[in-house]
Amino acid sequence: MVSADMSAPDARALRLARQRRRSLNTILVDRLFMVAVYLLLITLLLIVVLPMIYIVASSLSSPSAVSAGRVSLWPVDFSLRGYEVALRDPKIVSGFLNSIFYTVSGTLLSVALTIAIAFPLSRADFFGGSLITKLIVFTMLFSGGLIPTYMVVRALGMIDTPWALIVPNAVGVWQVILATAYFRDAIPKELYEASRVDGAGDLRFLWLVAIPLAKPMIAVIALMYAIVQWNSYFDALIYLRNDALYPLQLVLRNILILNTQSNLTDVAKALERQQLADLLKYSLIVISTVPVLLIYPFVARHFAKGIMLGSVKG
Amino acid sequence: MSKPVKSHRQSLAYAARRSWERHWTLYLLAVPPLLYFIVFKYVPMINAVIAFKNFNVVAGVWGSDWVGLKHFQAFFNNPVSRQLIGNTFYLSLYYLLASFPIPIILALALNEVRLRFFKQTVQIVTYAPYFISTVVVVSMTILILSPRVGLVGDVFGLFGVPAVDLLARADYFRHVYVWSDVWQTTGYSAVIYLAALSSIDPSLYEAAKVDGASRIQKILNVDLPGIMPTAIVILILGVGNIMQVGFEKAFLLQNPLNLAQSEIISTYVYKTGLLNANFSSATAINLFNAAVNLVLLLVVNALAKRVAGRGLW
Repeated sequence: MVSADMSAPDARALRLARQRRRSLNTILVDRLFMVAVYLLLITLLLIVVLPMIYIVASSLSSPSAVSAGRVSLWPVDFSLRGYEVALRDPKIVSGFLNSIFYTVSGTLLSVALTIAIAFPLSRADFFGGSLITKLIVFTMLFSGGLIPTYMVVRALGMIDTPWALIVPNAVGVWQVILATAYFRDAIPKELYEASRVDGAGDLRFLWLVAIPLAKPMIAVIALMYAIVQWNSYFDALIYLRNDALYPLQLVLRNILILNTQSNLTDVAKALERQQLADLLKYSLIVISTVPVLLIYPFVARHFAKGIMLGSVKG
Repeated sequence: MSKPVKSHRQSLAYAARRSWERHWTLYLLAVPPLLYFIVFKYVPMINAVIAFKNFNVVAGVWGSDWVGLKHFQAFFNNPVSRQLIGNTFYLSLYYLLASFPIPIILALALNEVRLRFFKQTVQIVTYAPYFISTVVVVSMTILILSPRVGLVGDVFGLFGVPAVDLLARADYFRHVYVWSDVWQTTGYSAVIYLAALSSIDPSLYEAAKVDGASRIQKILNVDLPGIMPTAIVILILGVGNIMQVGFEKAFLLQNPLNLAQSEIISTYVYKTGLLNANFSSATAINLFNAAVNLVLLLVVNALAKRVAGRGLW
């Protein structure tokens, strides 16, 4: 019983004791909760990783094992046949080379155009900047659509040329927002004042000061553009007829999803051809994804920063 | 007498001229990207006027005959339209309901983990699928779900049930589409929430500790309110894009057997417009879709502003 005549130290001791008991309880609940958290995360990890392991394991197995569905998470009858066939297929090789070309040239163009609009937009003395920003952002909310865009590309004579894959989607609104914010916030105004005192114009300032200082941001948007370009197939699907120009993803789509048999005519027996066609799919997935996943760990951190910057400003 | 007061317009013109004189190189620099936006974004918006015309190549956009709402009426009178709108809407809604909470759960769980190595491993692994192309993800899905060679055959085998080809059944299309997408994007989406979590004021956590809060209480009372603004923005974007399901993946997952549910507005537009060369009606369908979408986005944004005090702009 808590009485009024209880001395102050006693009351405090009682309160502390109660708190300690409650926190013992809390600790137990917290422990259990953490076990649940770790179990959940390990489950999610497995869900993400197992399909990838399955694909890699299959790609390293023998054609007959893959075709019979005998592979699950470890290679069966280890063989590199799938990679051998893939790398000897002229369509796949040309797709790979085309994709490298589109990715490099497209990224260069995209980065150049993005900087060319983002730098002026980042400047308070660029008249009409806020209107232009609004007009650019509006293109994210509303678009003319597939056919009206196709008509423009056709009118420009880009159908069935590499231009169709590089130019019509060259600039991303998100990247413009990101670059503008970076130029505005990360480059000290004093540097601009100083360079103006030294008689440097806007372009010299951009080239000699702003771009070197913005290298981390430029690296991020370049990688964003590069990965989008490497992974896209839609523009090639609608704008290209000539299969010598196909990027890797479209070649993949034809082989992997439409089941177009690639160049396996040198293999005599139908059964073996079917088995190789099955195996080829797995090795193709690995071949086309490895370049992206190789650079991924290096860029993951920067991507996270990029998203953050965008989410703060957006 | 006193000097005449410059009107607003005059002072604007003055500011513009001064800016041009001092910074004309900036304007030259901006010309190519602006041309890009005009040619590839705004000219198509103007071209979309062919939705109200009978477009023919010889006459061009302006020479073609005006037919008003004919193409819209034809679309709505076609029984296919209801199915398309339904397929698009349900696919999107299902996707939104599945893909909204899971990244939040992942981020909250990761935020509790103190083992740096484990935390980073989970993060980097779950983030990785985001970088895989749509073609490859769809191919992986098809291979894994293939009853003959895939992993799913093994799983069915465990239960002694003959494997079902999930892709050959229209009823399963939405599940396959949504969950393969969740597989691909959860790690990426969680990064945004992790960033929001890391910017929560540390004094709130200390206060929670002093009050003897358990981890669950801390999550409910500190973490969740802290990421609420971010979550609202993501939800607005999701609802605003509800009729905008991407063409790329649905098209790749389509096959004649699942078309009853996998044909959505964007794939139908592609087939009508480019495969059947029906430019005007394809544009009309697309325009209807884009307009619905824009209105949705504006409405949801206004609602969010009123209810949560925060919108996209």
